[in-house]
Amino acid sequence: MPYNSIEKAAAAYDVVVIGSGLGGLTSANRLARAGHRVLLLEHHHRLGGLATWFKRQGHIFDVSLHGFPYGMRKTCRKYWNRAIMDSIIQLKNIVFDNPQFHLTTTFDKNDFSEILETRFQVPRSRILDFFNTVDGMNFYDDRSMTTRELFETFFPGRSDVHRLLMEPITYANGSNLDDPAITYGIVFSNFMNKGVFTFSGGTDRLIGMMTEELENNGVTICTRSLVKRIVIDNGKVRGVEVDGRFIAAKTVVSNAGILNTVEDLAGIDAFSEEFRESLKPVVVNNSSCQVYMGVKEGETIEDIGDLLFTSSSPQFDAEEMLDRNTKSRTFSLYYPKTRPGHDRYTIVASMNARYEDWASLSSEEYSREKQLMIERCLIHLEQYLPGIRDKCDWLEAATPKTFQRYTLHTRGTSFGTKFEGLEVSRNIFKDVKGLFHVGSVGIIMSGWLGAINYGVIVANDADAYLRS
Amino acid sequence: MNKEEIRDVILEIIQDIDEDADISDLQSDLPLRDQLDLDSMDFLDIVMELRKRYKLQIPEADYPELASLDSCVAYLEPRLKDS
Ligand SMILES: Cc1cc2nc3c(=O)[nH]c(=O)nc-3n(C[C@H](O)[C@H](O)[C@H](O)COP(=O)(O)OP(=O)(O)OC[C@H]3O[C@@H](n4cnc5c(N)ncnc54)[C@H](O)[C@@H]3O)c2cc1C
Repeated sequence: MPYNSIEKAAAAYDVVVIGSGLGGLTSANRLARAGHRVLLLEHHHRLGGLATWFKRQGHIFDVSLHGFPYGMRKTCRKYWNRAIMDSIIQLKNIVFDNPQFHLTTTFDKNDFSEILETRFQVPRSRILDFFNTVDGMNFYDDRSMTTRELFETFFPGRSDVHRLLMEPITYANGSNLDDPAITYGIVFSNFMNKGVFTFSGGTDRLIGMMTEELENNGVTICTRSLVKRIVIDNGKVRGVEVDGRFIAAKTVVSNAGILNTVEDLAGIDAFSEEFRESLKPVVVNNSSCQVYMGVKEGETIEDIGDLLFTSSSPQFDAEEMLDRNTKSRTFSLYYPKTRPGHDRYTIVASMNARYEDWASLSSEEYSREKQLMIERCLIHLEQYLPGIRDKCDWLEAATPKTFQRYTLHTRGTSFGTKFEGLEVSRNIFKDVKGLFHVGSVGIIMSGWLGAINYGVIVANDADAYLRS
Repeated sequence: MNKEEIRDVILEIIQDIDEDADISDLQSDLPLRDQLDLDSMDFLDIVMELRKRYKLQIPEADYPELASLDSCVAYLEPRLKDS
């Protein structure tokens, strides 16, 4: 069992990992397996970071389990264990409903090619060319081309096709048509590989299995342990300060946001002029709003699909999607099949959101706006599930302020930073010896798969340092 | 280690990474990536394992040297001669 305070931690470790998001958990696991002594610290009472859940009146709500790419299977087998891999199952019914089209898809290359050819009348050769182009994209490729330019090259003037291709990715990582085409290509190809997958048993089961694996590998875990400061001396990491205690460490891997890590935990003075310059163009991504709906025990709802991308906005519009009054939202439906043995239905509506729009409200306005958002979601959902309002016995909303409170991330960012954050994150240890950053950055390193893979990449850097 | 031993180590590490990898008729001069469905993460695993076993540090710039079995052996032989 993880300790629920810093008290039991030893005085010194090879590695301290700050934060237990999927990136932090994975770095901790890799480094422990490589033979290092690892301490994992989390300020919340629960591990997982954004990969989290909460319980209300018998309902279990998953916060970020809407879908991830097939690549999670291989990644979980290699960096966690086979049992975790074996719990990854496909979500087969992905629904789009908007004024431009209504369709159901398995969200993979074959089905998308079929849909683009028959429904959208795009020539087969064009579709093939497009897939070949995005499949071949690498993060070190030229990034001057935007996603808009990519779409215009292959599907000029086709706002309907652009919407089909972009909208799910905008929900998945907050990117839009102005972001580099390579970030789009990498993430989209990951999904198109085999479709959308989920974790059978829910986030609580996954994090439970990961916790067990970490403990088997000898990681010391302390929750309710807020790191106040990373102690740096002469350009080198010495340890961390937690609850008045100093814990010595040869390396620190921070899973706090990149800006939190540099500005709040390490302190900007620890970095070179050059590094500070490179930080300037780093932009944190948008945050999210969610509405959680719990269906009464004994009630059932019809299977209307697993993931519904719905909008009554005339065209894809990333700004519209961020608006507090957006008409665009995804509905994730959790049927009893998602959590075998737990006979409940829950629905989570997710929207992209701006931190400022919510942080600027007075507390009365804030409560009212949350209520109005719940209301809008219910009205929207009634179109697909008539009578849903009366079937629910739990309704609750989360806003960017909620995400900020639980993760401490700058402006409650849901998906780390835009592209520029990746290089800064990768270079941090070149500026302060022994200091590493892991966690959503650069669009491509976000999402469950991105965060876990990035955890492996950073663990490799930290291991190289520890053995040098 | 000699060439043959290095070759065996590489194959053993690949097999650890992917139990299902069919290494029986691998062409040693062709890219591993194309024959075994290895991705960049798999190469990172090889690098990390070599470091763990032999304290060998392979800089990122040298990763392309690990492309085929032959190039792996050529790159590693002088570096592992005392291991
Ligand atoms: C609403 C929403 C829906 C999403 N849906 C999906 C989805 O369907 N599929 C998908 O793949 N991805 C999804 N994502 C994205 C995905 O959840 C994240 O990209 C991923 O989980 C982030 O992992 P991370 O390693 O960056 O760390 P985070 O999850 O951001 O965790 C960071 C951790 O560090 C801790 N921490 C920070 N500072 C300190 C400190 N000083 N001391 C101690 N602890 C600290 C925080 O408490 C937190 O636990 C979603 C995200 C959101 C917000």
